[in-house]
Amino acid sequence: MTPHYFLFLAFLLFGVGFLGVVIRRNLLIVLMSLELMLNGVNIALVTFSRVGLNLDGSLFVFFIMTVAAAEVAVGLALLVALYKKRQSIFSEDATLLRN
Amino acid sequence: MIFSRHPVSAAMFMIISMVSVAGLFVLLESFFLAILQVLVYAGAVMVLFLFIIMLLDVGPEGSKSSKIKLLSGLAGVVCFGILMVFSLILVLNSYPECSSCAVWPTLDDNNLVLGQSLVFSTSVKSFGFGLFSKYMLPIQVAGFLLLAAMVGVIILSKKFVREGNPS
Repeated sequence: MTPHYFLFLAFLLFGVGFLGVVIRRNLLIVLMSLELMLNGVNIALVTFSRVGLNLDGSLFVFFIMTVAAAEVAVGLALLVALYKKRQSIFSEDATLLRN
Repeated sequence: MIFSRHPVSAAMFMIISMVSVAGLFVLLESFFLAILQVLVYAGAVMVLFLFIIMLLDVGPEGSKSSKIKLLSGLAGVVCFGILMVFSLILVLNSYPECSSCAVWPTLDDNNLVLGQSLVFSTSVKSFGFGLFSKYMLPIQVAGFLLLAAMVGVIILSKKFVREGNPS
């Protein structure tokens, strides 16, 4: 049980989330992948906080959770507004600014 | 999770991964964050996601819209590979291979502050102390951020009816 495993898992979770953000076109799944990336960062922060015996990392995780909850709420409201306008939640249909 | 065709199954896999992350927090002895993870993510956020999936009536994606573009797929896989290779190099090189050095220092729950920095501890008391002494301004800002998000969501999802011309 060394920090290696936790850190590598944090990187892996971040990478999987990033892959989801890049390749998926369903905006709901893109938002979920964003949450996954934030979770990877949280694992790394808590690992360093535990190894370094410093509480600042854990407190920062607390703030990240707060911001993530607010971000999800606003993102889903935007998604609902987009669906009302376009009847679609795919990212290639979000072209309101194009012309 | 990111490859599942149906958004509901993606959300279910997401809940599994959130609960697993909470288990990792338990292994790292930060029990308060584990409880918070289950409550906030697996509870509130995923319920919100499932509610929106239900509201928008998103079914399984068809063959046209679920097709992943070749360019973006290639870019994603290349970035993922680069990230994994660099993380392996970084993680394997950062710690010298010594089995005798104390990787997990033992906890001392007696004192909250050591010098200038807050000491990691499993108790919720130290969280409260840290949040309301060193991080007083950030917690006020976080509260204001939640208020602003709430107002913004209400404005975004409200239907405005023009006065005198109710159409």
